[in-house]
Amino acid sequence: MSPPLIETRGLSKHFGGVRAVRDIDFSLAEGELRCLIGPNGAGKSTFFKLLTGQTKPSSGSVRFRGKEISGMLAHEIARLGIGIKSQVPSVFNGLSVRENLWIAAARHQKGNAVTRAVDAKIERLALGRFVEKLVGQLAHGQRQWVELGVVLCGDPGLILLDEPAAGMTEDERGRTAELIQEINRDHPMIVVEHDMSFIRTIARRITVFDRGSILMEGDVAQVFGNQAVRDVYLGKQVAA
Amino acid sequence: MDLAIIVAIDFVYAIATLALISLGLAIVFGMMRIINLAHGEFMVMGSYSASVAVHHGVNIWIAILIVPPIAVGIIGAIIERLIVRQLYGRMVETMLATWGLSLFVVGILTMIFGDITEGVPTPLPGIAIGGYQTSGYSLFVVALSVATMGGVYVILRSSRLGLLARGTMQNADMAAALGTDTSRIYAVTFAFGAALAGLAGGVLAPVSGVFPTIGGSYIGRAFITVIGGGAAPLVGTATAATLFGVINQVATFLSNPVYGEVALLLAAIVLIRALPQGITGRYFRRSL
Amino acid sequence: MKFVITVLRSNWRLVAVGVVGVVLLIALPLLLDTYTLLQITLYAIFGILALSLAFIWGYGGILCFGHSAFFGLGAYAYAVAVINMGESTAPAVIAIVLPAALAAALGYFMFYARISDVYVGVITLTVTLIFYNVINSTAGPKYHIGDALLGGFNGMPNVPSLNVPFLPDNTLEPQNMFVLSMVLLLVVYFGLHWLLATRFGRVLVAVRENEQRVEFLGYDARLHKLVAFSIGGALAGLAGCLFVSWGNYVSPTAFSVVQSAQIIIWIMVGGAGTLLGPVFGALAISWLTVEIGTQQWVNANVILGAILLIFVLLVPRGIAPMISERLVPWLLASRRAAGLARDLSQERSA
Repeated sequence: MSPPLIETRGLSKHFGGVRAVRDIDFSLAEGELRCLIGPNGAGKSTFFKLLTGQTKPSSGSVRFRGKEISGMLAHEIARLGIGIKSQVPSVFNGLSVRENLWIAAARHQKGNAVTRAVDAKIERLALGRFVEKLVGQLAHGQRQWVELGVVLCGDPGLILLDEPAAGMTEDERGRTAELIQEINRDHPMIVVEHDMSFIRTIARRITVFDRGSILMEGDVAQVFGNQAVRDVYLGKQVAA
Repeated sequence: MDLAIIVAIDFVYAIATLALISLGLAIVFGMMRIINLAHGEFMVMGSYSASVAVHHGVNIWIAILIVPPIAVGIIGAIIERLIVRQLYGRMVETMLATWGLSLFVVGILTMIFGDITEGVPTPLPGIAIGGYQTSGYSLFVVALSVATMGGVYVILRSSRLGLLARGTMQNADMAAALGTDTSRIYAVTFAFGAALAGLAGGVLAPVSGVFPTIGGSYIGRAFITVIGGGAAPLVGTATAATLFGVINQVATFLSNPVYGEVALLLAAIVLIRALPQGITGRYFRRSL
Repeated sequence: MKFVITVLRSNWRLVAVGVVGVVLLIALPLLLDTYTLLQITLYAIFGILALSLAFIWGYGGILCFGHSAFFGLGAYAYAVAVINMGESTAPAVIAIVLPAALAAALGYFMFYARISDVYVGVITLTVTLIFYNVINSTAGPKYHIGDALLGGFNGMPNVPSLNVPFLPDNTLEPQNMFVLSMVLLLVVYFGLHWLLATRFGRVLVAVRENEQRVEFLGYDARLHKLVAFSIGGALAGLAGCLFVSWGNYVSPTAFSVVQSAQIIIWIMVGGAGTLLGPVFGALAISWLTVEIGTQQWVNANVILGAILLIFVLLVPRGIAPMISERLVPWLLASRRAAGLARDLSQERSA
């Protein structure tokens, strides 16, 4: 049984009196694709930020490949090989698509290797049509894909995606789901999502959050068939 | 004992003048989230209007207290319409544009009035406290500073305009959705801030002298008091003015006025770094 | 050889600037009288100053409202050092290193605390106010560093010019001062262009665009800003040193808020996102300031203030983008169109 790629033990975060994340034990194996779901306020986003280093935990630990990363700065965590795509598209709007990818790839390569890596991503993600355009001028869906390309160019060992399908059209969502599955062949991923139908198309194993804790974990059939999960989503409080 | 009173008056005076020169800027900052770098020049225009009024025979008190706020308030309204409104609250652009405006005003004033210091006489005599002399006018300035802050408090709390202003300050979009004409509120606020600057300029004219470049010495202290104070105009100004005023006076006593000024500026830098949102960004939030 | 030609062709604008620069460097001392040459030298020095702020603001996104602090510090550092040492090589180095160190310290203080744009502007403005207040008050015999009297608001007169390294009696004549300043201007200009093409430069621009994304990619944004800010400080210090060597005089106005405003005006007029624009902005505004100074009707502050106001309101990107995005393509297009028309008419008559 190989050690988990990333795991948390007793991870908690509170803001003043609000306990956003309570004592979470979580682990992800190499190569896995895990989806995190749960209603608003369940703590998914806070948990995500604890993994990326955007927030420091109140207590507990986060380990990546056995190394303690809670308390590290965001760019240090990124350097360990964690690729991050946050909720709001976060790219370099004033730069071209190619330049965006270049910046990402240049972190760990030099010279011609960077150009080759960039060209490969452009090919893989079919960004060729608008590769010289400024990212700020692209449509929302295209910007999300550019961001995926940017994350990939960083050659991450683990990819964290926060609502990758947000704001997309039906077609774009389909394409994104394909991309995620394809990317997952080489990269383990954690995907936070709201959109239940999107989850169904990509998910293998799902972790359900509710009020700061993990309600349950299981595969698609187990989770979607679970009454407690349905109640939580429909707003009925699970009896305390 | 008498010396203690004199020293105490000095401290209070320093705090009061700092508060007085900053209040107009703080109201505009708290409301519109912009820094008007021409604030010092608004004050200078207040001083000049007082000076011109006095030299045309107007009663000194009217020349200091009534003429400047009205004159500069009108100018402020014009500036808001022509310049500030065009920049849609963009902080950096507004700072740059008002910086240009301040150069422009200094130039215009120099052209009209020349470099010579105009005089506005001090209308109150010195007061003896024990064996020491203090300026009666200083006490007046302190009283006026307190009265002005009190007056602004009353306006914001009790008047309809004040209520609309506070609502816009807290949540402009919501206020607009509820039917408030936010651009009108901003125009009135800016003019009001300008009027306060004019008042400060008029009141301080006998003390600092009246010449075109004096605005430069006001604006530095004013904007660090405002930024240090944070978004709440009254509490922010009061707390920051107290903090910086005390530091300034202590440093001045220990060395000289120049290093007093330097101590004030250094304290400001440290404060902004420690509390980027100002004092009222962390403490006394939601206060006025 | 082919490779060289391809590189030159794709960077034809830079080549053009280089050629023009070298031509001016050689021709101007031969064509102009000493007085005019002195004027042009000042413009070149201000060009370096403009580049120093253009780099950190236009490309680094660092809003420095008190850039004159580094200029003035370089100027005074050179003045004090050269009066004490009698020879200019070490003072010139000090004039560059000291402002760079100040920038590094200030940068660490601000960027590592994640202070946002506007507050960086406020803090830098406050720093220059501190310098101005302190230096301005140093009139009188007790204010000196070694043999150098600081002079307060009177300034420091009779500061020796730069001399040929290690030959203190061989101070630079106006011709040589011009050549030195012009060469340094070209070196700084091309140096910054090169720097911006390296990974450091490209990541710096990315930091300006989106600091969070840069950090998610593993780069330390704070460090990039710190280094850029220090480079800007060093270059401003260099300009300060050249300025004092040029005029043999330095006064607290070098630290003034007005001086900071002038540098900003050069950049806003020239074009904040470019390197060449601010150089021309410095030239145009400095020339204008001199012209205004010769007449009595309008005060210089009125014109400068009005220019800053107008540019912020109406031409926020400055003149350079207008030229490169409208004028140059228009010129090229009309030439191409004329050529095309010529070809077509030749075809028809054949």
